[in-house]
Amino acid sequence: MKDMKEKPVLLTMRNIQIEGRSDETWSPIIKGVDLTLNKGEVLGLIGESGAGKSTLGLAAMGFTRDGCRISGGTIDFDGIDLMKASEATKRGLRGKRIAYVAQSAAASFNPAHKLIDQYSEAPVQHGVMGRGEAEHDAVELYRRMQLPDPDEIGFRYPHQVSGGQLQRAMTAMAMACRPDLIIFDEPTTALDVTTQIEVLSAIRDIVAQFDTAAIYITHDLAVVAQMADKIKVLLRGDEVEEADTRTMLASPKEAYTKTLWAVRSHARATQPPVEKGTVPVVSVKGVTAGYGQVDILKNINFDIHKRRTVAVVGESGSGKSTAARVITGLLPPRQGQVLFNGQALPADYRQRTREQLRQAQMIYQMADTALNPKLRLRELIGRPAQMYLGLQGKALTERIRDLLNLIELEPDKFIDRLPSELSGGQKQRVGIARALAAEPQFIICDEVTSALDQLVAEGILKLLDRLQTEFDLAYMFITHDLATVRAIADEVVVMQRGRVVEQGPKDEMFQPPHDPYTELLLSSVPEMDPDWLTKLLKERAEKAS
Amino acid sequence: MGLIWTMIAKRLGLGLLTLFVISVIIFSATELLPGDFAKAILGQSATEETLAAFRKEIGLDLPAYQRYFNWLGGAIQGDFGTSLSGNKRPVADLIATRLGNTLFLALYAAAIAVPLSLVLGILAALYRNSIFDRAANAAALTSISFPEFFVAYILIFVLAQSGLFPSMTRMDADTTLGEGLYRAFLPALTLTLVVTAHMMRMTRAAIINLLASPYIEMARLKGINPMRVILKHALPNALAPIITVIALNLAYLITGVVVVEVVFVYPGLGQLMVDSVAKRDFPVVQAVALIFAAAYVLLNLTADVLSTLSNPRLIHRK
Repeated sequence: MKDMKEKPVLLTMRNIQIEGRSDETWSPIIKGVDLTLNKGEVLGLIGESGAGKSTLGLAAMGFTRDGCRISGGTIDFDGIDLMKASEATKRGLRGKRIAYVAQSAAASFNPAHKLIDQYSEAPVQHGVMGRGEAEHDAVELYRRMQLPDPDEIGFRYPHQVSGGQLQRAMTAMAMACRPDLIIFDEPTTALDVTTQIEVLSAIRDIVAQFDTAAIYITHDLAVVAQMADKIKVLLRGDEVEEADTRTMLASPKEAYTKTLWAVRSHARATQPPVEKGTVPVVSVKGVTAGYGQVDILKNINFDIHKRRTVAVVGESGSGKSTAARVITGLLPPRQGQVLFNGQALPADYRQRTREQLRQAQMIYQMADTALNPKLRLRELIGRPAQMYLGLQGKALTERIRDLLNLIELEPDKFIDRLPSELSGGQKQRVGIARALAAEPQFIICDEVTSALDQLVAEGILKLLDRLQTEFDLAYMFITHDLATVRAIADEVVVMQRGRVVEQGPKDEMFQPPHDPYTELLLSSVPEMDPDWLTKLLKERAEKAS
Repeated sequence: MGLIWTMIAKRLGLGLLTLFVISVIIFSATELLPGDFAKAILGQSATEETLAAFRKEIGLDLPAYQRYFNWLGGAIQGDFGTSLSGNKRPVADLIATRLGNTLFLALYAAAIAVPLSLVLGILAALYRNSIFDRAANAAALTSISFPEFFVAYILIFVLAQSGLFPSMTRMDADTTLGEGLYRAFLPALTLTLVVTAHMMRMTRAAIINLLASPYIEMARLKGINPMRVILKHALPNALAPIITVIALNLAYLITGVVVVEVVFVYPGLGQLMVDSVAKRDFPVVQAVALIFAAAYVLLNLTADVLSTLSNPRLIHRK
């Protein structure tokens, strides 16, 4: 931790109020927040989605998204009043003295231009350096960000570079003009834990090297603990509290902060082992599958028993979702088969009977896209009940009301709502009800909580847990988040590049000895200890040498 | 790049198939025209013998499929037969000058309309919801909403009555380029007014559609000025839909300008086709229809190739 007392103030925001427009009326997003940042200091900004973190971060650049406006307060950046500054003045600052690193590098790099062209743009446009010099500088920064092949990587297009590398390239791009301040807007949220570590350490190093001040926005407490000198907690546009990182982690004052800290405690009790000879609900036997010439899955085997949850974990690209597609029959395997209660299922869903289809349902990661936005909950949930169980009229309405009660949504209030009238967590609950409506024995949950805030995700996990006991369900739970695994799984299947590298009961998985890949996954999950990243990197360096 | 060549080859193959199907349809359609061609030419008083002799002379006595393949065989070698009406000129000659005129007018109109609509579309996107945007949109929509002949007559009323430009477009072998441009100005302007709205609005919409993307926000947060954001960051990603619309409009300029040709007495293909239908001169009708179909196929192929080239994800694979 740096000594902050001698550093001069860089950014002062006083009583900031920001409003967003919806249907002709302006409603507050940020309700009078103060923020002070010294030169070279890193402030962590945390809160759930909708807390206004990004909005506040962008306001530090004097920028608001379309449909938002800063309605009050003062912003002083190194003696420049950003509230009164002209657009041209602010343009002169952006990219040059204040830079921005976005959440999804894949979406924030222009697909039409090479990385190095996008790197050079700001320095050349701001007249900081010439084109040739900027390209030279880019290679140097790519090297410092530990990007592979730094001399060449800039000449690729964004789609030719992996997500973690893009995120580092974007941080390098933000550094191009050596700004005084960088806004990091959830830069590692979209990454796997193993990639996240590389990006975090690269960001931390480069910020320290150039003594850049930063506002680090995230909803992940363990991440912010590694990155920030001090932490500010936001809740619905209001500041909850602010303190230096160690104080905040050790003794949060406010009740809300304490609940945030407590979220990761939920864990499922260990279940007795399944009796020998029990027929599993779903059994994946020697499955090899893929698209085109490429095999994504290579000889996969695992079983899922009644009233048990099997968590399938691995990085993106490891084949988790492909396994789900094979089980549901969307992707017929090249070899192997899927058994349901001991009976082989036809490989292609089009050859399965309606009864077979009914027994296996899915809940998706993005409830937003998985629910038809034009249908009301009555139709969304009623359709499978009607189709699979033949319910009609009053019986159908009764069933829909029961299902809504099950997912803890008041039927009278919700039955005629559209998905757009629901929060993220409520939408995911509707996704669950829709799967339940078919009265299946088996449900595949594909990253169902990864798009949700921790508190909301916790609620969803508890609901799934309760429904499992109530209806004897078997779950296949696809996730890359090991905290979620700890919370819900009975058994764990670890996948890497299409193979199962380790599988077994949860307690064994979290105990050494591990397969090297499992070890890497487990050790990469950020912990609340502010020294965790430093220690881990040191350990890994020692092991490597 | 190999990918592009495979695509071009595939599309050309499909294009040929399309042309073949169209040739069958055209041929059948001319077959279905009511009335007897020989009677129509020779008049009611012709005897059975003269009719039969005439049919034999132009091959009408053969069964339809045989006539079709004879015609197709000739067409493939560039011989579209001879015109049946009056002077019996070879169809190829008849069409050649007309095709030149049509292409001249289409290119003339496109040379004005395409740059104009791109610039207007880009400016409208840059100053969206401003007075300029609204005025440009209103003007473009107004001009597209009037029937072509009406626009043409208004232009004649304003620009030809005063003697600035000729209202009748005479084009012949001796016309120089400069004269041609001057004489064809009014039809070209009419066509420009008709096609600009479509292209301009698509350019504007395609760009604005992208302005909410994270990479546009990123460009703005890098302090890039708004004009450069549009030109450098939005436009390259908006090219595919814009190119498609331009190609469709170019195809329209070649094939759909009959009304404008009639109003300005412009000797183009459209007029030739209408005249030939009236005269039942089916070798000409068939040839012109094939040329129109080929224009559509080629322009769409070009549009697809250019759209692909504008997308680095399709050319530079992982």
